[in-house]
Amino acid sequence: MPPSGPYKLNRIYKHFMTSPPLLSAQSLSHNYGTHLAVNNVSFDIYKGEVLGFLGPNGAGKSTTMKMLSGNLAPNHGQIMINGYDLLSQPKQAKAHIGYLPEQPPLYKELTVKEFLYFCAKINLIPSNNINSAVNTAIERCGLGDMTKRLIGNLSKGYQQRVGIAQAIIHTPAVVILDEPTSGLDPIQIREIRHLIRDIATEHSVILSTHILPEVQMLCDRVQIISHGHLIFNDTISGLNKQRQASNLLCTLLSPPPLLALQQITGVITVDRLNPTQFRLHYQPDINPTAELLNLAVTEQWQLTELMPEQHSLEDVFMNIIQQESVTVGQTI
Amino acid sequence: MFTLARNELYRLFLSPLAWVILALCQILIAYLFLTHIDYFMQLQGKMSAIPGAPGVTELIAIPLLNNAATILLLIAPLITMRLIAEERRNNSLPLLFSAPLSIQQIVFGKYLGTLSFFIILLILISLMPLSLSLGADLDYGVIASGLLGLVLLVASFTAIGLFLSSLTAQPTIAAVTTFATLFLLWIIDWAGNTQVTASTSDLFSWLSLLRHYEPLLQGEVNSSDLAYYLIIIVAFLVLTIRRLDAERLN
Repeated sequence: MPPSGPYKLNRIYKHFMTSPPLLSAQSLSHNYGTHLAVNNVSFDIYKGEVLGFLGPNGAGKSTTMKMLSGNLAPNHGQIMINGYDLLSQPKQAKAHIGYLPEQPPLYKELTVKEFLYFCAKINLIPSNNINSAVNTAIERCGLGDMTKRLIGNLSKGYQQRVGIAQAIIHTPAVVILDEPTSGLDPIQIREIRHLIRDIATEHSVILSTHILPEVQMLCDRVQIISHGHLIFNDTISGLNKQRQASNLLCTLLSPPPLLALQQITGVITVDRLNPTQFRLHYQPDINPTAELLNLAVTEQWQLTELMPEQHSLEDVFMNIIQQESVTVGQTI
Repeated sequence: MFTLARNELYRLFLSPLAWVILALCQILIAYLFLTHIDYFMQLQGKMSAIPGAPGVTELIAIPLLNNAATILLLIAPLITMRLIAEERRNNSLPLLFSAPLSIQQIVFGKYLGTLSFFIILLILISLMPLSLSLGADLDYGVIASGLLGLVLLVASFTAIGLFLSSLTAQPTIAAVTTFATLFLLWIIDWAGNTQVTASTSDLFSWLSLLRHYEPLLQGEVNSSDLAYYLIIIVAFLVLTIRRLDAERLN
């Protein structure tokens, strides 16, 4: 399993910023009639990076993906892909992106191999490289046993793989995946995530999803979009920082009086959840864990459980979105 | 562009629709062919007495091409309906839009692919009158001009069908509107015949697809007729491109 998350980020973070971004979106806006779906969204993606695009349904994720892939022209803004402007040089720019929309675009009456040959050709792969490109894509997406099957007869998970194979067949600089795991069963989801992680070793990936743990497992950087606004843009460790709460959860089978716990340095309040379980709320910069452990041993409190509490990703997500709607409400 | 055209043709032949249409078309045309031959046999005795009487070409080949045009009018919507409407329904259009292809290439590719299907159909149809050459002298010039007319006619059908298919996500709606449009253009010169006002009747008969086909069947190749078909084809292809472009803008 390739390293993911913070470790990978630290390893490659340095050259992220020194090389120019592979894809750069500047103040993108798009409205459907009077409804403003995406409002002034700007971001960059660097080489080797996996960018998670997170947001509730209807937040503008798919619209942004469509704009990045050239399926929808933005009303305002500019998209540069590998130095080419998507609007004024669409052909050159599109040669550097692979796109998998929410519904995989497949011709169900073709076999897997026929379909990938067609994709290779329309993506202008030179004819003497087509064979190897198709075989590489088949191999990477684990479609080896399915090459002669009709796409319409494949399971949803395999159709999704064919969709991914189609997106990476021309080894684009940036692969754009729109909710690649939606509608799959848990095993298929695991396999697809594995595949995405594998793809990320060679391509930059933009991934949209509304599943929070997925972002944490796969992405280096997270962007949260809500009501068409980009409201959060940070690395995974930044997101994790938001998750840290200064709470300790402990179970003591022969508990001392509450006062004894409260006197530990740094502890602000103690809640008794049930006769043996306590939640200690402490000052962020003074961690009382060590002292609590010492006391528990010397005073024989019979410590059986000690756990730093974290906000769930859902909490963080809701916090960020709610904060945003408050500030937006104030500015209006 | 040619990749797209080949793919379009290939996928067409993967569906039973293409084979069924080819087969039924052959059966219908073969039956008509036989009735024309029968009719010719009945007349043959009388005509041998008249100098300059119509021959095999005029009595069998040309009426057959005329019938073929009507049959093509009926089946063209069935073939063109799926072109874009079905891709839209299957959500497969993004595949083409995010590939390094221009809208023009996508439209021309689809157009050429479908047109090649019709050309195959026309080759099969034209084999029947040409088989008469085994036992009779044919006027190849007239047949060639008639076939040219049929090709142009079908090319216009395809362009119109492609445009109407780009307007909707429902293949059936595309088929019905294409059929209605083609039929209207077919019969629009009926208004031209009533001579209500000279200017409108001129316009209507000029618009008629049939009016421009008839001279070609007689072996008259007028540049105005060719221009008419080319204008129809180009106009509807440009409309399709505009339509898909507009969809990308919003």
